[in-house]
Formats: sequence, C-alpha cells, structure tokens
Amino acid sequence: MALDTLAPADAALYADVLDGDHSALARLITKIENRTPGYRALLSALHDHTGNAAVIGITGSPGAGKSTLVDKLTRQYRNNGETVGIIAVDPSSPYSGGSVLGDRIRMGSTAGDMEVFVRSMSARGRLGGLSMATADAVKALDAFGKDRIIVETVGAGQNEVDIVETAETVVVVVQPGSGDDVQLLKAGILEIGDLFVVNKADMDEAAGTVAELEAMVHMDESSTGVLGGHHAPDSTETNALSAVDESDDTETGWTAPVIQTVGTTGVGVDELRGGLEAHQRYLADTREGERRRQTRAQTEIRRLLRSDLGELAEQVLVRRGGVESLAESVARRDTDPYAVVDELVEPLEAAVLDALETEE
Amino acid sequence: MSADQTQRAARCLVAKVGLDGHDRGAHVIARAFRDAGFEVIYSGLHRAPEEIVQAAVQEDVDVLGISILSGAHNTLVPTVIEGLQSYDAFDDTLILVGGIIPDEDTAELKELGVAEVFGPGTAIEDTVEFVREHVSSE
Repeated sequence: MALDTLAPADAALYADVLDGDHSALARLITKIENRTPGYRALLSALHDHTGNAAVIGITGSPGAGKSTLVDKLTRQYRNNGETVGIIAVDPSSPYSGGSVLGDRIRMGSTAGDMEVFVRSMSARGRLGGLSMATADAVKALDAFGKDRIIVETVGAGQNEVDIVETAETVVVVVQPGSGDDVQLLKAGILEIGDLFVVNKADMDEAAGTVAELEAMVHMDESSTGVLGGHHAPDSTETNALSAVDESDDTETGWTAPVIQTVGTTGVGVDELRGGLEAHQRYLADTREGERRRQTRAQTEIRRLLRSDLGELAEQVLVRRGGVESLAESVARRDTDPYAVVDELVEPLEAAVLDALETEE
Repeated sequence: MSADQTQRAARCLVAKVGLDGHDRGAHVIARAFRDAGFEVIYSGLHRAPEEIVQAAVQEDVDVLGISILSGAHNTLVPTVIEGLQSYDAFDDTLILVGGIIPDEDTAELKELGVAEVFGPGTAIEDTVEFVREHVSSE
C-alpha cells in the first residue's frame, strides 16, 4: 500500500519505527493490539521491510522453563552482537478479562538492555484472535530490524499452535517426568516441533523422558514419511506444494533433535542454539524454507479474509435485528439455525457473485 | 471499516524497585488490577530503575505502579521519571507510588510528576477507581 494513505501521525510513527525508535515500536504494537484505526495501513506499509529476522517459536506447558531458556538464549545472541525481540504470550483470566503477565520476571539477564525488546501479550477477547495480533507484532519487530525474534507461549491447544506457526522454527519444551506432557505431545504438539528440549535435565526422570521423546520422534518419521515438519501434511492447502517438494524432503529431511538443557544454569543452551542454527540452515538450503514462507502467507491471507468477512457478517446480523432476536425464534422452535443462516447469507452470496461476474 | 474497532484494556506495570524484598503489597495490587480487567505486567523483585524504565517503555503501559518500602523513594522515583522522559514516555504514563512514604516526601514526589501516592490502609477499590478515572479519560 502506498505511504500516502497513512494519516500524518501514523506516517511519523512509521518513520520513527524504521529509524530505530524503541518507544515508537512499543506504541505501534499497542496500536496493533488495540486495533486502533490506521493500524492496517501501517502494517501494510511496513510489510516491505519485513522478512529479514529469524523467527523462533517456543512452546511448552506452564513451568517447563520456557522463559528461563529464552532468557539464556537471548543473552547468547546479545553476546554475539545480535538484537532480539521477544513476544511473551500468556493466557488471560476468562472471568474479568484481566491478566497478570509475569514472563518478564525470568528474563532478567539482559534487563536494562534496550536492544532486547520484550513485549508481553495476553489473550484478552480479541476479535481477530491472538494469533493475528502475534503475527502482526512479529512483523513490527521484523520491520524495526531485530535480528532474532522469539515468540513464547504456553502450549495448550490450537490457539497456541496457531501462534507458534508464526515462527520459522518451533521449539517444544518438556520437563522430565511429566507423563502428562508426553500425552500432550501425542495429542498434536509433536507435529509442530522442529526441535525438542527436555529442560531441567538434571532431574532423575530426564533420561526416561528423552528416550520416550526420541522414540516418538522416530515413530512419527517412519509412519508419515515426512520428518517433523511443523506444518504437518494434514492441511489441504499445503498438500499441493508438498507434493511437488516430496523428493527434496526425503533427500535432505530434517529429524527433530531432542536436546537436554538446564535453563537455570545454562547447560545445553549452546546445543540449543546450535540446533536452531542447523534448522535455519536446513530451511535455507532446502525448499522447505520457501514452502513454509508460502504456507505462512496463505494462512495470513485466509485469516485476514475470514476476519473481515466475520465483521461483515456481524453487520448483517445487526441489520437483521441482532443475534438475540434470531436466537429467540430458534430457541422457540419457530425456525432453525440453518434456515436463519441461509436467509442471512443468500443476499450476500448473490451480491458477491454479481460483482465477480461484472468484473470478468 | 469496523475491523478497526478499538479494544482497550488498561495496561499496568506493577514494579518493585530497589532492595526491599516485601512484595505482598505488590501481589495484592497486581491481583486486584487483574480482577478489575486490567492487563498487569509484574516486574518481580529487586529491579533497578533502568529495568523498570525499559519495561514501561517496551510494554507501553498506561500505568506504572511503583512499590517501595525501603525508604529510598527519593532517589529511585526521580531516576525512573528521568528515564521515562528520556524515552518520551513520561507524559502518557500515569505514575503511582505505593509504600511507606512520609507526607513531606509525598508532596515532593507529586511535584516530580507522580499522580498519586498510596500509603498503608488505602482501600484497593480506591486505587482501582483512581486508575479507571485517569486512564479511561484518554
């Protein structure tokens, strides 16, 4: 989108963000979070400046040690002269809509260093969903020029899977002896991990957890033939692409390593960083990186489209007397939900088809 | 279009600055703010003023609540305020101080730009109400 569509204040913000002003970056993310008018034009203008950061997603159950690992990893990147952006996602209280975000507490080793930009986000009832806000905030950090971006989130369902899929490389953190974690992995987190970390590896049960994970990773490999790819081959939209890439994949495939760390002392963090580098190289050297970029762009387009159409649907609902009155007649059995929705959608459908035809 | 519809929850940083290790009060405030529907970022104990400034700027908070029970408020609070000013984040941040602050210091802190000082015995509802009044008016 052309820059001249930005309001004067937004144009100034845009310039400040690209100029490396951290408080401007913070205000931009607030705009994204609050969906303040103008945020879309800003992101649209910033899109051209993105694509340079290495984006890592870290997920795992509460208390597994994600924030501590992120802290240690960040310190290594800083020692290396790289700048880092971190988005720490925490669930919010479903009752009050409020939340307490405490991930910063464990990110102390780089405190006071502005080149490490930490932003906490909660899952407050967003229209577009948290995954959209996260993806947009990653974009902001990327355009700002952060070399590394880390997205950290509690792994507890589809929402989190959506969030970490913003990343190029996904790390799943597990703590030893937690049979439940492994159950969780079976339930669908296994597919998204490019690397697995068994943190708190100084605990007695660590060896068992490592063995279990390794067995599962290899099982996954033999049963599907596709190796630990985090865009699992279950989504239809990726099938066409992955079919083309199949030969490449099997040649240079990636097997998710299981790395042992002790976050509090930093043991194993070197290996984790090495593993992350190796995965980034793998993405760059094979067509997998390109394939994932494609998938992410597809997801983004679909998500935005669905969100906008959802808004449109809300407007239609309001014009037809609101969802309450319709719900009442459904509850009274005067009509049924299918008939109601058919009636709502029909004129939309007709208008859309009409418009498409005149275009052609 | 209406996709630009604004959603707003007050963002607050509850911060413990300096060397005192008493954070019960900060925890109570953090919970009360959460229950009021605010987004609360808790800093953890023993933070340096620079760390608080970094967090307040990056998180773009509406409210910065500083809890100090050590008596060092006359050095710590001005340092935080100067830091915020250097990042151009002072004007749009409501600064609250909680703790044991003598009356004569309270006046001085307010002079510096602290919006309110909440001493022992303050009702939680009053603090929440104060935030609501001063943040929603934006």
